[in-house]
Amino acid sequence: MSEFLDMGGYAMYVWPSYGLAFVILVANWVSPLMQRRRILTDIARKLRRDKREQK
Amino acid sequence: MGSPRYFYNVAGKMIPWFAVSFLLTLIAGIYYGLFVAPPDYQQGDSYRIMYIHVPAAWMSMFIYIVMAVAGLISLVWRIKITEITIISSASVGASFTFLALVTGSLWGKPMWGAWWVWDARLTSELMLLFLYLGIIALYSAIEDKRVAARAISILALVGVVNIPIIHYSVEWWNTLHQTSSVTVTGKQAMSTSMLIPLLLMGISFKLYYGAVVLMRARAEVLERDRNTRWVRELVEGEMK
Repeated sequence: MSEFLDMGGYAMYVWPSYGLAFVILVANWVSPLMQRRRILTDIARKLRRDKREQK
Repeated sequence: MGSPRYFYNVAGKMIPWFAVSFLLTLIAGIYYGLFVAPPDYQQGDSYRIMYIHVPAAWMSMFIYIVMAVAGLISLVWRIKITEITIISSASVGASFTFLALVTGSLWGKPMWGAWWVWDARLTSELMLLFLYLGIIALYSAIEDKRVAARAISILALVGVVNIPIIHYSVEWWNTLHQTSSVTVTGKQAMSTSMLIPLLLMGISFKLYYGAVVLMRARAEVLERDRNTRWVRELVEGEMK
């Protein structure tokens, strides 16, 4: 196991590469989900306001 | 057919398929790349960075070509969905370009002894990152989103000249960066056990892009169509 983690002495180059890839993949996945939620709450708030004004 | 509502619904059905196949190919690619493929006889285990670096570099160019084609279609036919495709692709394209540059640097240090050299391949890839960032900045700087979309269509289309420069840089100039190890035709420079994880990761990243660009495009469609009846009905349905 420790031999695997050592990556033949290149651990300090290999693992940051995989780590950054992981961070970038997660960030680009989460970002549109947050954008979607922000837009939906924004539209919902506006709809509620329109309804109140009609009454 | 090309209505935003139709797109929204079809994209919503496609995303789970992209997501699941992305995860499966990613797990297989990582497993083969880190556990099954043997160490390189010259580069030892450092070459395993390639399984991130090369697919990321492929994506950096692939996504840009998608944006340039979408830009051309947007300029000629003024189709909303292709306009949305450009801006929805830009941030993920910039991310992959950044990933390719950083992992290249992390590979370059132990192999070349330098984090960075102003070699033609590296410089043209850096230019690509600036193109992506320029497109994102230009789009957010223009208030009217239809005008903004036309502006980035032109920029995406003009910038595509950089793509063949990146691709052929290792042949046209005497670069430190090695030439392609993977060719469609001809003899492979790599053993099959090393090639399989690379191709798996390449497919995986493409599927990832498919899922992410559809997710972002759906959000953009909602934003642009926020005052239409179908979006109001959709939001009212979710409020209940």
